Amino acid sequence: MRVEQIAVFLENKSGRLAEITATLAENDINIRALSVADTADFGILRLIVNDVEKAKRVLKANGFTVGGTNVIAVVVDDRSGGLASVLKSIEKADLNVEYMYAFVNKSGENAVLIFRFDEMDKAIAALVQDGFRLLSGEQVCAL
Amino acid sequence: MTTLYWEEEIETLPRVGLESVQLTRLKHLVARVYATVAPYRAKMDAAGVKPGDIKTLADLQKLPFTVKDDLRDNYPFGLFTVPMDQVVRVHASSGTTGKPTVVGYTKKDIETWSGVMARALTCAGATSRDMIHNAYGYGLFTGGLGAHYGVERLGATVIPVSGGNTKRQITIMQDFRSSVLLSTPSYALNLADAMVELGVDCKALALRVGIFGAEPWSENMRSEVERKLNIRAVDIYGLSEVMGPGVAMQCLETDRGMHIFEDHFLPEIIDPDTGEVLPPGEKGELVFTTLTKEAFPLIRYRTKDISRLIHEPCACGRTMVRMEKVTGRTDDMLIIRGVNVFPSQVEHVLMGTEGVEPHYQIVVNREGNLDTMAVRVEVSEALFSDEVKTLEKLTRKIQSDIKDMLGVTCKVQLVEPRTIQRSEGKAQRVIDNRKM
Repeated sequence: MRVEQIAVFLENKSGRLAEITATLAENDINIRALSVADTADFGILRLIVNDVEKAKRVLKANGFTVGGTNVIAVVVDDRSGGLASVLKSIEKADLNVEYMYAFVNKSGENAVLIFRFDEMDKAIAALVQDGFRLLSGEQVCAL
Repeated sequence: MTTLYWEEEIETLPRVGLESVQLTRLKHLVARVYATVAPYRAKMDAAGVKPGDIKTLADLQKLPFTVKDDLRDNYPFGLFTVPMDQVVRVHASSGTTGKPTVVGYTKKDIETWSGVMARALTCAGATSRDMIHNAYGYGLFTGGLGAHYGVERLGATVIPVSGGNTKRQITIMQDFRSSVLLSTPSYALNLADAMVELGVDCKALALRVGIFGAEPWSENMRSEVERKLNIRAVDIYGLSEVMGPGVAMQCLETDRGMHIFEDHFLPEIIDPDTGEVLPPGEKGELVFTTLTKEAFPLIRYRTKDISRLIHEPCACGRTMVRMEKVTGRTDDMLIIRGVNVFPSQVEHVLMGTEGVEPHYQIVVNREGNLDTMAVRVEVSEALFSDEVKTLEKLTRKIQSDIKDMLGVTCKVQLVEPRTIQRSEGKAQRVIDNRKM
């Protein structure tokens, strides 16, 4: 149960994020979730979109360096302690989070947590065993 | 001034006498090299010239040039003319692609070198009473040890402080009463700034003169060093292939040019494109023939340094021709904090890094008084990761590989593809923003 995420290399200069989102907009690609990891010298934009292949194609055509990675999307109730319960399960399984980001689906209903682990299969097994609900790419886009 | 010359007779010899010394030594050199070094013999045979053809100094032009590639092709000791048991020391400088250029010295070569270096120190007014602060790097680089032996020969006191640890250097200057400074000009400025920060008044120091070399510097920089350190700043020239520091030296009588110690190093100025010797006083590539070196003599070595010869007599009385401060290079060599850097070396490191495409650019800046080098590398898909730590690990690896290979610390910047300027399909490899 994995979700395909695309990542785009960003040099730290003004206007790059705007160019990426404009490119996606022109091609009718909807962004479901995103996060930016930044350092002093560069950034990495991570995106979950409704059409991964098309997004990769149009971004590459516009000269961006694009990569693809699998991540895990976990649904939790939108209440205090939602994230904490997932992290507890992860800690118990002795897993390392490479990075994560989250978005609230509909306020008061549920939230989606996006995770990248160095050991993805082990993470999926641990989370499923503890009763968490994982989403597929289609499900994330259909939210 | 007590000692004006180190070796007065030869330093002030009328030109005709000097040229006769040069010719005798040249004939001897060519005969010896032809007899002992196969690569030289092969080149001379190919050019159809025999040692007996050298009858005047002008006949030097008949001999083929030696270039840095010849040194690389015969790495490490192939051009040495004596058995290794007579070689008492080697030095090395960076080559254009990975392998360094190795030079060797016999016991007599070290004596010759110490002698020309003692002459150079005397040109700057140093005597046996001086406390000489040698901040050139010690090691494979010729600067530190070359200057060191010259100071000892002069009979002055050498402080072998080498580079770095600026605070300690300043303490030593204060406590030991250093009177002569040997360093790169940029390091001298660095010392001056550190003194201001530490509240040390340079006028309270014993420092009188600075002998600066190993990197290009401008007249503006000279006045800055002189003002900030309250000293006289003079220029020294040398390169490891020819000997090391002490090939040429500015005297205190002029700010224009350095006396080449012509009884040991025979200079020519050529057109770098045609190889033709240029008329006196014209600007071109500096070429040296070493007249007295035993272990590693060079015949018509192309330095790739651009300069001109000044034939007018000098007020100091030395008859040896002067060379103007080097104004440029015929190749793309950069000098970063005294270290020779060729873009091809950086390329070599990048090509050896998995996933790195050969799209890079070297950006050189001078921040404060220090040269900085940044290497911009285009991020290919093979290289790209969505994890910060992977990309940072990559930049650290490239940085450390460049440091290992070139001895220069640089900053590696990842940039987006196709952002490095390409002119006529060829990338512009170097942007040098230093104002010299």
